[in-house]
Amino acid sequence: MSVETTIHQENQTADVAPPEHTHSGPYYRPNVDIYELADQLVVQADVPGAKNNEIDIQFEDGALTIYAKVPARQDSQGPYLRQEYGVGDFYRTFRVSEQIDPSRISAEYAGGVLTLHLPKVEAAKPRKIKVAAK
Amino acid sequence: MVLRGTVTVHPLQQLRDEVDRLFSNVLTHPTVSGAARLVAGRGFPAVNVWEDAESLFVEAEVPGLKAEDLDITVVGDELTIKGQRPEEPQTEAAFHRRERGVGAFTRVVRLTSEVDANKVHAQLNDGVLLLTLPKAEAAKPRKIQVKTE
Repeated sequence: MSVETTIHQENQTADVAPPEHTHSGPYYRPNVDIYELADQLVVQADVPGAKNNEIDIQFEDGALTIYAKVPARQDSQGPYLRQEYGVGDFYRTFRVSEQIDPSRISAEYAGGVLTLHLPKVEAAKPRKIKVAAK
Repeated sequence: MVLRGTVTVHPLQQLRDEVDRLFSNVLTHPTVSGAARLVAGRGFPAVNVWEDAESLFVEAEVPGLKAEDLDITVVGDELTIKGQRPEEPQTEAAFHRRERGVGAFTRVVRLTSEVDANKVHAQLNDGVLLLTLPKAEAAKPRKIQVKTE
């Protein structure tokens, strides 16, 4: 199982734009599901601990960037007895090859999960061509 | 989890994972049941544990889960977090990436102090579960006054 835990870091390098270091401090890569429907791409990202009003989404030149600020927690704690994850901001960039209509991108956030809807532009939608019979 | 492309694991990373896993086996007993696409390795959900004089605190990241999806029990020194990550009802969807796990999970965390199981408090905010487990009287640190004559 050790392979699986490291895949997150290793298998994305090819198609992810290099992160811009415009934000200070360490950040974490959220796990995502990306799926395609006939009229849109849907991106779901796990950003537990993020606050609704501190999630920043940008779509520019075919690159989708998610930045979710996560406020510090556990401020009164002593040392960890056990630590399996770090707490910090989430950041991730994707290159989107589909033709997306940026003006109609919508986002919702609930229970630590960010859901983005990226509607395809009309031309990119599959169109059924009727074959006329003679 | 869907694997794409070639996976290269740095030897040091591998060693670190091995060590993590050793510790994980000693301290907790992660068991995964149901659908196999769960965040694997150390068990889901990942937990952080810390304490103060009064209580043990267990925090877990459970994005996408509602309070009613979680089943938390304390028996003796074992804390069990059970739940079910719902699958999106997208039958016709073509997945480009699939990293978020779905399905049933059970995570057992061995507690290092005796706790009062009746007073355990659980709170879920923005996908972060925080459990406060008050220590049993016997487990609290006691200050011993040294008398001088």
